[in-house]
Amino acid sequence: MKGRVFLRRLATYLILSFMTVIIIYPLLWTIGASFNPGNSLISMSIIPENPTLDHYKELFAGKDSLQYGKWYLNSLKISFFTMIGTIVSVSFTAYAFSRFRFKGKKNALTLFLLLQMIPQFSALIALFVLAQLLGMMNSHWLLILLYIGGQIPMNTYLMKGYMDTIPMDLDESAKIDGASNTRIFLQIIMPLSTPMVAVVAMNGFTGPLGDFILSSVILRSPEYYTLPIGLYKLVNDVMGASYTTFAAGAILLSIPVAIIFLMLQKYFVSGLTAGGTKG
Amino acid sequence: MQHRKIALLLSVIPGLGQMYNKQWIKGLLFLVFGVSFIAVFADLLNMGFWGLFTLGTEVPRDNSIFLLAEGIIAIIVTCFGLAFYYLNLRDAYKNGKSRDNNQPLNTLRAEYQNLISQGYPYVVSGPSLFILIFAVIFPILFSFALAFTNYDLYHSPPANLADWVGLKTFQDIFTVDIWRSTFFDVLGWTVVWTIVASTLQVSLGIFLAVLVNQKDTRFKKFFRTVLVLPWAVPGFVTILIFAGLFNDSFGAINLDILAMFGIDPIPWLTDENWTRVALILMQGWLGFPYIFIVTTGVLQSIPEDLYEAATIDGASILAKFKNITLPMILIAMAPIIITQFTFNFNNFNIIYLFNGGGPAVPGSTAGGTDILVSWIYKLTMQSSQYSLAAALTILLSVFVIAIALWQFRRTNSFKEGA
Repeated sequence: MKGRVFLRRLATYLILSFMTVIIIYPLLWTIGASFNPGNSLISMSIIPENPTLDHYKELFAGKDSLQYGKWYLNSLKISFFTMIGTIVSVSFTAYAFSRFRFKGKKNALTLFLLLQMIPQFSALIALFVLAQLLGMMNSHWLLILLYIGGQIPMNTYLMKGYMDTIPMDLDESAKIDGASNTRIFLQIIMPLSTPMVAVVAMNGFTGPLGDFILSSVILRSPEYYTLPIGLYKLVNDVMGASYTTFAAGAILLSIPVAIIFLMLQKYFVSGLTAGGTKG
Repeated sequence: MQHRKIALLLSVIPGLGQMYNKQWIKGLLFLVFGVSFIAVFADLLNMGFWGLFTLGTEVPRDNSIFLLAEGIIAIIVTCFGLAFYYLNLRDAYKNGKSRDNNQPLNTLRAEYQNLISQGYPYVVSGPSLFILIFAVIFPILFSFALAFTNYDLYHSPPANLADWVGLKTFQDIFTVDIWRSTFFDVLGWTVVWTIVASTLQVSLGIFLAVLVNQKDTRFKKFFRTVLVLPWAVPGFVTILIFAGLFNDSFGAINLDILAMFGIDPIPWLTDENWTRVALILMQGWLGFPYIFIVTTGVLQSIPEDLYEAATIDGASILAKFKNITLPMILIAMAPIIITQFTFNFNNFNIIYLFNGGGPAVPGSTAGGTDILVSWIYKLTMQSSQYSLAAALTILLSVFVIAIALWQFRRTNSFKEGA
């Protein structure tokens, strides 16, 4: 018996260590690449012999085709406003769906479910054609509007599901005390939905950060790029030649995002497990 | 004749029915609203529907694509108009009916308050609906409409007009040899990709969660943090990093890792099958942390007594896993697991960012690892075959919706949700 327990533990730690290596290695490799001198990776090592900050400097050198700082700000701006817009529209809509009976509610819910399944990129052709014809190229606000629209169906479902679990008695007693609907929403429902608001906020913020399709259709000049397009172009225009610079850019983005993510993790994990497992 | 019928008939012109019911102000509002609706949108509707039917008759005056867009906006506006018209008819009928039954009608003030309290959900969800219509529904309708035209490089404004061709594009997908073979190749790989990649990430996530959550595992916090890292780093960054790692000429996987074991370099990016292997492994790496997190949550909610009872009955670890842990996880997570499949079915980023769907296949518009989504992207952005891309979009949407609906019905969440 003791032998088997030992074997099981050994296997557990072996597997977990193996996974740790697999996860950490690419990340370390990128960090190493970003400090390696020159553009070539052929002779690179994870711990460079002559580490250099050249690639980080190059990011901010202000070349026309490499406006890293600008891309960073563009991405932050788009993500931020998408997040705010998503939270506001989703929580109001979810409140309506969760607390009121009204004509068309069932149809609207079915529509949301359907839109959740049709990938937003179905709109790709329309956007490509219309943006070209109408000259709506490079508009960040158009993009933000599209992202918010794309976030609404799924997140409304999540949020409605969560609000449904908040007992109705709370609203009713507040109503007897004379509170208006909006007040009930802002002072009772919203504070109690914080875990799910955190999930929606995360979706709203990371959605634009992970999107390549829509943004590549609409944003065409380097100064308007977001990070996904900018870094993709950086890697692919001269594959290999500027990989070390890309690595530097990737590090400057990933480290803050990962740290924020890990710090906020506990807030949205509870919302995710509650909402997700319920559907 | 009863009041309700007269009021209904008079309401054919918005407002008259209300006025007949002696609700003068409301009637006036309806009338003004109806007249201004027609005044404002008459041109748009006229032009829109004409354009929608003909898609233009004269070059260069008409632009088929603008006309199509206007036509769809006209349809959306018409829907709103019809909804308003229906409200008008119903209001006249209802008030007429109250008069028939000798009930007093509401005063304007009461109606207003009624509207405010009943209208609350509409008011707060209205803006969302509006965004949804113009940012999502309109573009989707537009894309779908394109599938029934012959819009491509040779039928595009301003030099040429596009035309309605009905189902011809769909027919072509299945009858033109090169399209058919490409379509089925791409569809086949899409299905294989979806199933293998999703299964890998789900089972890996569950497996690791069970390992870490064993009672006697130490450093739980450390392992949890590490295992969540792939989720914490933005996905597109990771994919581009892997594109470098797998690179045939400078990638560390060939140069360092495989060389360390004395294995010859593998053509990751130039051989179709190896690219597929790389993609699936990467998706496993990227996708498991989410499942890992959720499974951890589920595991912590399984009551301890179940395991204690099983231990007393002499169940082995494996039996406990098979009969307690796994069923609990699968039941609780069914909806999440399904979304993993639909997600991967449309997982454009990994395919396109890793290797552009390549390696290229001679004589085909799709690369060796293109899934439907990325193929559609290429058809639109690179070869301007808009109508073909649109037709494929419809096929793909139907496919996804069918599977998702079927699955959601099997789980309870659909009934609960709606």
